[in-house]
Amino acid sequence: MERSDLIAEFLLRMGDNTLILSHRVSEWCGHAPVIEEDIALANTALDLIGQTQLWLGLAGELEGKGRDADKIAYHRDAWDFRNALLVERPNGHFGETLMRQFLFDAWHILMLRGLLTSTELRIAEIAEKALKEVTYHLERSRDTVVALGDGTPESHAKMQGALDRLYPYVGELFHSDAVDKALAEAGIAPDPADLREAYDAYLATTMAEATLNIPDDRFAHLGGRSGKHTEHLGYILADMQFLQRAYPGATW
Amino acid sequence: MTPSVDQIWAWLDTIPDPEIPVITLVDLGIIRGVEQDGDEFVITVTPTYSGCPATAVINMDIENTLRQKGVKNLRLERRLSPAWTTDWLPEKGRAALEEYGIAPPQVAGGPTRCPRCHSENLEKTSQFGSTPCKALWKCKDCLEPFDYFKCI
Repeated sequence: MERSDLIAEFLLRMGDNTLILSHRVSEWCGHAPVIEEDIALANTALDLIGQTQLWLGLAGELEGKGRDADKIAYHRDAWDFRNALLVERPNGHFGETLMRQFLFDAWHILMLRGLLTSTELRIAEIAEKALKEVTYHLERSRDTVVALGDGTPESHAKMQGALDRLYPYVGELFHSDAVDKALAEAGIAPDPADLREAYDAYLATTMAEATLNIPDDRFAHLGGRSGKHTEHLGYILADMQFLQRAYPGATW
Repeated sequence: MTPSVDQIWAWLDTIPDPEIPVITLVDLGIIRGVEQDGDEFVITVTPTYSGCPATAVINMDIENTLRQKGVKNLRLERRLSPAWTTDWLPEKGRAALEEYGIAPPQVAGGPTRCPRCHSENLEKTSQFGSTPCKALWKCKDCLEPFDYFKCI
């Protein structure tokens, strides 16, 4: 793969993660258990959509075919998306949404820190910007996971269930393929496999505090990062892309 | 007559933030540079939060204000790095925020006192507020809920 193709693939992987997670989180708007949480979720979704504009905007610019972030987001089908399967998981209950957010944030922050020294300056700049926002997301998702895990018997049981259901989607975030190896060799991005140790340590500390048990089985569902998605992504796109598919090129 | 760079800064310092109108764009610390390139002025702006919807309005306000002042050749550039930090809020901006009822950012990560009664007996309600840059707090003495400008 040429350096430019590697970068393009990487930008889609970053931008599609934030895009799909942002969409999922935004589904809570107007439905969260209390208004403060509703606002917090909407703010998180807003940060993630802003980061998506930076990642996909740069992808479009480097590609040079006149596609902007909107075109890349709205004019592709499921097999062209490069997000990890974790972010397309349904929201479930409020605690499950925050557990998914925590599992993602804890990976996201390590990836962004690694990108600060990317040989691709513009990637490093976006990472620097996003890192500040993600630090805040992680603080909140971690606090909530601990509060609900170490909460009432009911909230504890729900959080343990959420962790058990979502944990098989964590491994994909650290599964390196040929693209990741090449990106690491070129100094563009860290090899995700190298981030696992720090992640596991952080997860262990947090889950101990939350009185939750991390499943022993490290089986990982794979495929999202190479375009093989669960059925959920199709439904997300049907909702997210409806307007641009029905009225191509429509603007405000 | 071509205005000076200082004059451009002074005009920019009259443009209110669209969401917190008591502070100006200069107070917010997002104007990173004003340079003259031949007969063209280049204004460098950095976003507060990457998804902040006010960014588009801010760019439009800069264009409109400076064009009204007769600046014809104008270019806006976005700069991401160094990333915006609340350390760039000058003292006058911080004072204006508190006067308006928004506790200014603190390195410690939370407000030092209630902007209304100055009590230090405070409680966090939520890490997020009505805009990306604010969190919700409450004063336990005067019971007033208030916004805290997040420190990033």
